[in-house]
Amino acid sequence: MSACIGSSAAGARTFTATSSQGLLLMAEMTFIAPALRLPIVMAVANRAISAPINIWNDHSDVMTIRDCGWIQIFVENGQEATDMSIIAFRIAEDKNVMLPVILNLDGFTLSHFIEPIIFPEQEKVRRYLPAYETTHKLDIAKPISMGLLGAPEVYTEARKATDDALVASKSRIVKAFDEFADIFGRKYNLVETYRAEDAETIIVLMGSIAETAMTAVDEMRDAGQKVGLARLRLWRPFPIEELRAAVKGAKRLAIVDRHISLGFPEGPVATEIRALLFHDQDRPRISNFILGLGGRDVPRDHFKYIVERAEELGDAGRQGHYEMVGVLE
Amino acid sequence: MNFLKSAEVPFDKITVKTFPKGPDSLAPGHRACQGCGEVLALRLLLKALGRDFMAVSATGCMEVCTGPYPQSAWEMPWLHVAFENAAAVGSGVDAGNTILRRKGKLPDRRIPVVAIAGDGGTADIGLQALSGALERYHENFIYVCLDNEAYMNTGIQRSSATPFGASTTTSPAGKFSKGQNTWKKNMPAIAAAHNIPYVATASPAFHLDMMNKIRRAAAIPGPAYIHVYAPCPTGWRMRADLSVESSRLAVNSRVFPLYEVIDGQYIINKKVDKPVPVADYLKPQGRFRHLKPEDIEQISERVNHEYEHLVKMSESFAEPRF
Repeated sequence: MSACIGSSAAGARTFTATSSQGLLLMAEMTFIAPALRLPIVMAVANRAISAPINIWNDHSDVMTIRDCGWIQIFVENGQEATDMSIIAFRIAEDKNVMLPVILNLDGFTLSHFIEPIIFPEQEKVRRYLPAYETTHKLDIAKPISMGLLGAPEVYTEARKATDDALVASKSRIVKAFDEFADIFGRKYNLVETYRAEDAETIIVLMGSIAETAMTAVDEMRDAGQKVGLARLRLWRPFPIEELRAAVKGAKRLAIVDRHISLGFPEGPVATEIRALLFHDQDRPRISNFILGLGGRDVPRDHFKYIVERAEELGDAGRQGHYEMVGVLE
Repeated sequence: MNFLKSAEVPFDKITVKTFPKGPDSLAPGHRACQGCGEVLALRLLLKALGRDFMAVSATGCMEVCTGPYPQSAWEMPWLHVAFENAAAVGSGVDAGNTILRRKGKLPDRRIPVVAIAGDGGTADIGLQALSGALERYHENFIYVCLDNEAYMNTGIQRSSATPFGASTTTSPAGKFSKGQNTWKKNMPAIAAAHNIPYVATASPAFHLDMMNKIRRAAAIPGPAYIHVYAPCPTGWRMRADLSVESSRLAVNSRVFPLYEVIDGQYIINKKVDKPVPVADYLKPQGRFRHLKPEDIEQISERVNHEYEHLVKMSESFAEPRF
């Protein structure tokens, strides 16, 4: 990441990829890249962190740098990973954004699997993503100093400015998604829903397990259950209005975390959504389920189970502590 | 890859008559301590490069004193990221410049990228990043270690470059301690072990020699490492007007010999056949005031042993590395 910051500061389009311990090792630098407003794109093949040492999929690596200031996208499948790797540059290099983008793709489930995809045509990619030009760079003809010391008189303002830029990037992300749809015909939203319109219980999650969850939702629907799915594609900046719209009318949310916040009764996805909806009237009952840690399989039955439990817990008015799904005791 | 021997690569040599007259790249008004030998060395090094380079600083004294926002003493492109990664960042800047040059977005000429760090940011926390950058053989990469022999910016804590016997806040001299109880890490030798074309030591008391070394480093294609003696009156508990004198004594007592390693060949730039006593070097510095004559004798022996080793290295012929 240090070398990427140097390369991006020199004005070159810069990409890197990492995972797990590698991400934690560069954690210090991930906070610096957005503050310097460098449009680096990084693919993170999300994998568990030590200990015990484990190389398989969950979201605990990227959750440790949740507050680092990057735009963070979670993809569902190979097609989306491919498309988003192009879209990510378009977002990052937008003159109104100029922030780095993390492309989260589930380790192994997406990073090491072969699946058929429609490969974007070179000519269309060029049209969608022109060559990167910037004046925000190290330039001998027009020297600037990057990375100056921020004393207490300016540090607060600098951090606020970075947050403002990150929050403001949301509309540009939507624009980048819309223009991608115009050229390539594949439309992406900040939050995707599946059979959620009249659902009483909505499963909320991120990443590739959404495909399994959709199958489970179909089966539950066939059995007459009013169940739907909402998947966060954008994690930072948090799509507040889009999430609210996606779960509107639901009685219960079964929120899935693939990271454990040790010492706290909820995972980060559940905590954040609960906080966002806290002041809403008619807010849904929220239950939190932690599953799929360190590559543990997440079968369809897990989703049926959490819907059942969300109904039991929610209707009993009990909320507030995660339930670990599939844990052997 | 250039097949000219590195020692034969021409460069515009600075003499008293041709001393660069242009403005400094490091503006006055920075916040360095009175008598700081480090900022003196830095200013002269950068003056030798004019304004045709890019600089990367590690966190440390030089970064803090030159760049409190909204002020900056840097007149050329400058980037600071963190403490341990100046070499990695510098290598990234060089990689970025290289690709932009290849694509015709930068003029087709070499732009030196100078990564600057202290001894802590080099010999301790930054060693891995430095080793990687040297090994990857970045063509326009110059690494400058400004060695004031402890973590001065954070309050004089020992580093692996702190000399034996020096009292610091984390190696305090006292009843049961003689101060630092390990010998200084030999950074130039570590750099030379990477088989890079150019390694040198330099001292602000011999400023023309120092300035020509960075010029040579910039001229030779491939990574270069320059280890600069950077006296710190504050941290060494020394009078503020003694920085240059201390630098001179360090060389003349053989404590800090001036030499180059070009394509693996050691060359001593200033032979010290009649060294001044090491005690003369140690005496003005409060960090050594507790040392007893036998301690000084021990240090003296080590200094002479290392110098003789260096002489032997310079007399042995290194195979050309092509």
